[in-house]
Amino acid sequence: MTATNRVSVTCVGCAGSKCRETIRAGVHTNNPILVQVIGICSALAVTSKLETALVMGIALILTATLSCFFMSLIRNITPPRIRMIVEIALISVFVICFDQILKAVYWDMSKQLGPYVGLIITNCILMGRLEGFALQNPPLLSLVDGFANGLGYALVLAIVGCVRELVGSGSLLGFAILPESVYQTNLLFVLAPGAFFTMGLLIWIVNAASPPKPEKKP
Amino acid sequence: MNPTPLWVIFVGSLFTNNILLASLLGMCSFLVCSSKVDTALGLSAAVVFVMTCTTALNYLIYYFVLIPLQLEFLSFVVFISVIAAFVQFVEMFVERFSPKLYYALGIFLPLITVNCAILGAVLFMVIRKYNFVQSATFGFSAGLGWGLAILLMAGLREKMGYSNVPVPLRGVGILMLVTGVIAMTFMGFAGMLNVQ
Repeated sequence: MTATNRVSVTCVGCAGSKCRETIRAGVHTNNPILVQVIGICSALAVTSKLETALVMGIALILTATLSCFFMSLIRNITPPRIRMIVEIALISVFVICFDQILKAVYWDMSKQLGPYVGLIITNCILMGRLEGFALQNPPLLSLVDGFANGLGYALVLAIVGCVRELVGSGSLLGFAILPESVYQTNLLFVLAPGAFFTMGLLIWIVNAASPPKPEKKP
Repeated sequence: MNPTPLWVIFVGSLFTNNILLASLLGMCSFLVCSSKVDTALGLSAAVVFVMTCTTALNYLIYYFVLIPLQLEFLSFVVFISVIAAFVQFVEMFVERFSPKLYYALGIFLPLITVNCAILGAVLFMVIRKYNFVQSATFGFSAGLGWGLAILLMAGLREKMGYSNVPVPLRGVGILMLVTGVIAMTFMGFAGMLNVQ
């Protein structure tokens, strides 16, 4: 009897009714970026344009969904001592697949994203969901959970990408929204500091709108 | 082959292309471990060491094993395994030969495996086509730059404990804004040199 088996007993049979709850948690109440504050490296780095943010969001939805599903399938035959390396290997497989596909069909985007596709492997969201959810829950519910967390991540990325591209270069998806004659482009929002400011302000707004549980950290 | 001189790589990855403030890597441990200067110092020492060694090691593996065998598509999984194995090895080695150092660094070492700055540095090394010496220099100075940023942040956070931050901004919100200001000051170095 492994540790994972013991925990899974409590979660058996919640697949049907908990589906909607899982999606809500991943997208809103327990959003990986805004509430759990994990996986923000790539969220900050690829959001200087909406397009890169969207591709990255799709990448994370796919890898999270697939790796959560397959990890949950093999959760009972994986010895707990080596589960971390199994998780990393599983994630790497899907990340490599996505990277190869992206290189084949959309080379420009692959160039723009650079190392950040490979860095999905060390994205804390994936490890966190595998470790915290897929190891204790049945495959289909884990699939929903992976998808919901990926979606929560993709939504935040899309919002930050929108703000940064609009304020930074006055366009959306490459189409000029604010003509250059009216709007002076703002390089600050295209470069790194703008990522921090946008993300900080977004967290501020979300916290002010729905105060979460009191935090102990200063 | 990348013709960039060594000192440009060094200064560049320390200031203008800082791996944390310009490439935005290693944020997770940056946010979690920057509340005390001591912790930040221990972690950054471990990062400098591991980053230098893994960048050099992965250079050798990439160019002398993966390229001749035409297995470049496996690079992600090989890189992360090398990093994990190296960290594990260093942990055992340090524990055996220098228990004092182990207690100072020990708790930080497992954290480093999932620090995306390490894997990021390795991937940048491949993308920018550095040679061996350049790679080792890049790993060392990128680690140093990361340490510099987290130390600055830890110093600021210790002072920030006394200031009155608006309630919804407490926690990560204010950290993001402060990091933004630090990143902005580091952008001031950008005129010094243009590295790519």
